[in-house]
Amino acid sequence: MTKFQINRRKFLTAAGIGGSGMLLSGCDAFDSQLGIGGSLRSFLENANGLTYRAQRFLAGRDSLAPEFTEADIRQPQRPNGVTSPDDDDYKALLANNFADWRLEVSGLVEKPLSLSREQLMNMPSRTQITRHDCVEGWSCIAKWTGTPLSLVLDQAVVKPTARYVMFHCLDTIDRSLSGDIKYYGTIDLIDARHPQTILAYGLNGKPLPVENGAPLRVRVERQLGYKMPKYLRKIELVDGFADIGGGRGGYWEDNGYDWYGGI
Amino acid sequence: MESVARSQSAAELGASATHGAKLIYRQSAWTRLTHWLWAISLFFMLLTGLQIFNARPQLYIGKQSGFGYDNTILEIGAENTSAGPRGYTEIFGHRFDTTGVFGWSGPAGNETARGFPSWATIPSYYDLGTARVIHFFFAWILTTTLIVWLVASLTNGHLRRDLAPRLDDLKRLPRDVIDHARLKFHHTREYNTLQKMAYGGVLFLLLPLMIITGLAMSPSMNSVLPFLNDLLGGRQTARTIHFIVMLLLVAFFLIHILMIVAAGPINELRSIITGWYRTDPPAQDAAKSLERNA
Repeated sequence: MTKFQINRRKFLTAAGIGGSGMLLSGCDAFDSQLGIGGSLRSFLENANGLTYRAQRFLAGRDSLAPEFTEADIRQPQRPNGVTSPDDDDYKALLANNFADWRLEVSGLVEKPLSLSREQLMNMPSRTQITRHDCVEGWSCIAKWTGTPLSLVLDQAVVKPTARYVMFHCLDTIDRSLSGDIKYYGTIDLIDARHPQTILAYGLNGKPLPVENGAPLRVRVERQLGYKMPKYLRKIELVDGFADIGGGRGGYWEDNGYDWYGGI
Repeated sequence: MESVARSQSAAELGASATHGAKLIYRQSAWTRLTHWLWAISLFFMLLTGLQIFNARPQLYIGKQSGFGYDNTILEIGAENTSAGPRGYTEIFGHRFDTTGVFGWSGPAGNETARGFPSWATIPSYYDLGTARVIHFFFAWILTTTLIVWLVASLTNGHLRRDLAPRLDDLKRLPRDVIDHARLKFHHTREYNTLQKMAYGGVLFLLLPLMIITGLAMSPSMNSVLPFLNDLLGGRQTARTIHFIVMLLLVAFFLIHILMIVAAGPINELRSIITGWYRTDPPAQDAAKSLERNA
């Protein structure tokens, strides 16, 4: 083989050709194989299961999300997703300041509950200054006050067959041919019983505003924002979620986000 | 893993090839395999990473994103002007019109508002969920590969023999810089100083920093390693560092490709595929080692 030598002009020409080839190739080559349920997509999603197991192993049940100080609250909590539900039942509840609102606790429990906001507020509360991380990439620090979900679960007495807590919400997030889709989501019982998982009715020392989920939203501090449904209506203990919605455990999950939002 | 183990014996054979030979066995199977796994992983992580960035085409400094105050250092966006929609990129308050590439891009008449253009993202259309699936899949591959490479390179001597900096490297540095600038390359068994700096910098600085800042963005990992974000200057600073390291890795990739083209792409490619590398004729080698010892 003769020695490959190159002068500066040849070099620049080659570099130019190589560079423009990269630009022209485009990145739509993989688009068709990546839909939800596709085999390539499903294979790649195995990594999410690995992440979930690895992070559960490292974090354990009770490792706490970092908490911040009052000085770190520098702005109102940024609202996202639905910020003003257009649903008639929600607007009726809002009209008399949620006096008629109840949180239903049902499903795989010994004692189904129907709790008013006052009943929830009379239970022991937890206040925490935490950072809300959105899947989009932004973060916002705020002070949340609410009832630990574990207390509500204890009161309802969870049956041993229950594996997930499903949150049913009042707000319509999407419309489909088969009707309105209300926001919903699920977390496992480890996160449900985590000491920082609260049903929040207060934000930055004031009642929870409508845009942030009034009258009640959940905080799951070791996961991303889409795992913390707002405008709660019902908590249902279930042993699986394959038959609900798209079967992936939540509104955003049905649209392609991972069920585990710890990363 | 099995195929790796089998080719390892070939690597040991090759390592004993004498220096004077024209074709030498330069890259072990471990080096070659991990090189290509990184290449594939980084390709997908870059293009899905740009898609993930597009969900929030802003970078901030600090613990959180400033909405009620300003801590934004980079923003890509679109705006309506009298001349129609324009894309812009704002860095430290300085705004540049980047229509067609950043902020506002797409086929003529069908442009959309997006941070990075569709030819630079996977999927080509906006799909944050899918980009995250691919990004995290290859994050596992990349990290595992780095650990496998580190163990193999410590064991087979690659690290000590080829990458560890020596006093000699410092002396050679000025000469190396001049040679590279003049696209004059010496083909030897050893890496030159700039190569050691580039490869060592990527493997021991950039990739670990990428993994650390990636973990620092995970809310669950924050509960395991709460000090990580304190060290890095907050979660949003970690995200910004993640982005800057991406730019450095892209810069490395471009220079890497240019150097391969300039130094002889057939020889360079053969060595990273088969392991075999053609060195300069001995005369030149001797002259160079004289020069080095001078």
